[in-house]
Amino acid sequence: MSKYAFFILAFLSVFSALMVVFSRKPVHSVLYTIFCFFTIAGHYILLNAQFLAAVHVIVYSGAIMVLFLYVIMMLNLNAEGEPHKSGIIKTAAVISGGLFLLVMVSVLKSADGLEVAASGDNQIGMVKSLGMVLYREYMLPFEVSALLFLTAMIGATMIGKKELNS
Amino acid sequence: MNNSILDIVHINNYLYLSLILFAIGVLGVLFRRNTIIIFMCIELMLNAVNLLLVAFSTMHSDPGGQVMVFFIMAVAAAEVAVGLAILVMIFRNFGGVDINLLNRLKW
Amino acid sequence: MNNLLWLIPVLPLLGFLINGIGNKHIPPAASGWLASLTVLGSFIISAGLFMQLLHDPATVVQADYFQWMNAGAFDLNFGFLVDRLSVIMLLVITGVGFLIHVYSIGYMSHEPDYARYFAYLNLFVFFMLVLVLGSSYVLMFVGWEGVGLCSYLLIGFWFKNQNYNDAAKKAFIMNRIGDLGFLLGMFLIFQTFGSLEYDTVFASASLLPFNEPVLTAITLLLFIGAIGKSAQLPLYTWLPDAMAGPTPVSALIHAATMVTAGIYMVVRSNVLYVMAPFSSEIIAVVGLVTAVMAALIGLKQTDIKKVLAYSTVSQLGFMVVALGTGAYTTALFHVITHAFFKALLFLCAGSVIHAMGGEQDVRRMGGLKKALPVTHFTFLIGTLAIAGAPPFAGFFSKDEILANAYIHSPLMFAVLAITAIITAVYMFRLYFLTFHGTFRGTMHQKDHLHESPATMTVPLIILAVLSTIGGFIGMPEIFHAPHFLNDFMRPVTALADAYKGGHVSHMFEYILIGVTLVILAAVVYLTHKKYVTDGHVPARDSDLVGIQRVLANKFYVDEFFNAVFTRPMDVLSRLSYKWIELGLIDKIVNSFGTVTNGTSSMLRFSQQGNLGYYLFAMVFAIMLMLVYMLVI
Repeated sequence: MSKYAFFILAFLSVFSALMVVFSRKPVHSVLYTIFCFFTIAGHYILLNAQFLAAVHVIVYSGAIMVLFLYVIMMLNLNAEGEPHKSGIIKTAAVISGGLFLLVMVSVLKSADGLEVAASGDNQIGMVKSLGMVLYREYMLPFEVSALLFLTAMIGATMIGKKELNS
Repeated sequence: MNNSILDIVHINNYLYLSLILFAIGVLGVLFRRNTIIIFMCIELMLNAVNLLLVAFSTMHSDPGGQVMVFFIMAVAAAEVAVGLAILVMIFRNFGGVDINLLNRLKW
Repeated sequence: MNNLLWLIPVLPLLGFLINGIGNKHIPPAASGWLASLTVLGSFIISAGLFMQLLHDPATVVQADYFQWMNAGAFDLNFGFLVDRLSVIMLLVITGVGFLIHVYSIGYMSHEPDYARYFAYLNLFVFFMLVLVLGSSYVLMFVGWEGVGLCSYLLIGFWFKNQNYNDAAKKAFIMNRIGDLGFLLGMFLIFQTFGSLEYDTVFASASLLPFNEPVLTAITLLLFIGAIGKSAQLPLYTWLPDAMAGPTPVSALIHAATMVTAGIYMVVRSNVLYVMAPFSSEIIAVVGLVTAVMAALIGLKQTDIKKVLAYSTVSQLGFMVVALGTGAYTTALFHVITHAFFKALLFLCAGSVIHAMGGEQDVRRMGGLKKALPVTHFTFLIGTLAIAGAPPFAGFFSKDEILANAYIHSPLMFAVLAITAIITAVYMFRLYFLTFHGTFRGTMHQKDHLHESPATMTVPLIILAVLSTIGGFIGMPEIFHAPHFLNDFMRPVTALADAYKGGHVSHMFEYILIGVTLVILAAVVYLTHKKYVTDGHVPARDSDLVGIQRVLANKFYVDEFFNAVFTRPMDVLSRLSYKWIELGLIDKIVNSFGTVTNGTSSMLRFSQQGNLGYYLFAMVFAIMLMLVYMLVI
């Protein structure tokens, strides 16, 4: 049962990811991205990382992609006016992507340690266990990431605002 | 059965799935001219990495991997906020988000 | 007085700092008197020290202030040493220095850069005192270089005149050549004795075998330093050119003190020189040749200061002969008397030049006796002193040098005696040309003639008195008076005295004095006849013929140096500039820039500016890295 769930989800992920790249309208791309992220959240649930799945949906689908959508709508970019790249570049892009995949696969093929038997603890993805780790071992990075958000917020505001003298 | 999915589906499958998603991200970056879509493809690549991290975390029963995913999400969110702000500025100054407009970075 | 020892050099330094920093903000009169008073203060302390040493023969005042350098086996203290030698030098430097400072107040009164002049002068005194006081060769070298610097600054005091600048540079470079010898000598001393402090060096040197080769090397190298500083052959040519500086400077630096630093250094190192007879022989010959040559050149000079300059070189030659014959005290004696009468003569010349409105050529002077009575009288005393007329100071010291030369070698005595006669000839020539006969200058100069102010004449009178009685500190045996200087200096030159040869007979002394008087009278009569009665005026240089012309042109030594050293050097540097500098080094250096520039100007076209290409390049590079990982 889980096996089929995995393969269906995997297929949907790859399909939606491809559609992100190949759909003409930006809004469609965004919607496919959101869909792709949902499938990935499904993978998380399969992997017993329920809390992460929830966070993932909230952050990516709820916040980030909405932001994208919002920008596209604000800039009115949904027209199909985007001139496509020339054929040569497209071919080159596909070949590069394929080569990249090939190289990555061959590199990871030679990696060791993939034969370790999976252990039985399925509780690590729960809020309790994650919270323990996050607030004990990763306390400082957690605080620093808060600082990062603050910086990003100020930065985005600074960049995005209209210049006063123009 | 309290065994995880990895007993049923081998870790290699997650590896390939994540690689394929990553490669699609790279392909998108190279393929498209719209900066926003390139941006989304970058998010896609980040998610491919996240997926693999969670898979390995489950495989080793180590919550550290999942925590790392949290941080990646945090960084991604910050990056998106700043990046989109830059994009808006680019649109305002260049009148578009076509990557070919951004050709100032040269000799 | 021991506690005040450090004040001796520090007082002039203070004067230098105040005058140097205050510069134009200090009223002229104040800066002159301030500078003079600091030197007077040093003189008073020195006199106190002298009194202290006078009563106790064993006293040596040594003060180590701090550890100066410490590197490995090299350990050096910054300390002052006052023994009987340095205290005499102290008195000469500060005493004559003070008089010349006072004189300068009057002489430089028309000068806008008053404070700068006195600052330099004070700095010079400071360095000279350090030179004399230092308890090690290194500290002596500091003073040695310092006085060289001040000499350079003061020769080029009127730096707007390029000739003066050239003269200053010449003095500096010539001294550098000598300094190199001194420096090498110092290295060799350290190599041999492991120390540079006098007491250690001399203590271990006296243990070495007589005529040790290393001692000969050390003494010769040190003497090269003295050759530069004390203007001996072949490095003497800077001294006549140094007359470009203000006249009091010539009196202080280039007659009384700095040029005697070389003599002081040899006397200080007399322990080393006594042990190296070969070096002494060379020193005596160098001094002799210098004395003769400079005296001959002095015969035909027409610039009042040039005559005095060559006479200084010649007198320094006398002192060096004394050093070479092992008569260190005698050399010091002549240093003292020479400081008196040569300073006096220079200051008189300065007074004449002052009255003549800057004129230095004796052919335009004459008959100044009436206009400048004090100057005339004091100049006459100076002339008698340098010519060696008894009982003036120069007579006693020169007499001693001649006697020592006679003990050493009768031939040397003969040459030196003739030189002494030549000295008398050119000095009286100068005296008669300047002060007797008829005035040969312009009407304007004649109206301008005036005796100098009291600040100038009082030092002249004091120096004249000293030139008259200064010789009594070293009476020859025949007068049955104690030779004060010899007795006083005995602790310093004990070793030298032990090695010294015999005495001249009393008969010889009497004959010497008698002949001196007769010859002097003849010289005075002949020069008076030629330059006053016959009214002979030296011809222009271009009208001279034969040997006279050679003398007027100073044996063409400058021209010779130019041809042998300067020209080839110029050609060599021009060639190396053209070929090595421009042709080789510049090309290599530039080619780095050209190649980088060229390649980058080609490579920069790969920076298309299209972000798409950059992304491709990035992905491609990542792939390359991965492949590299794979292959490795």
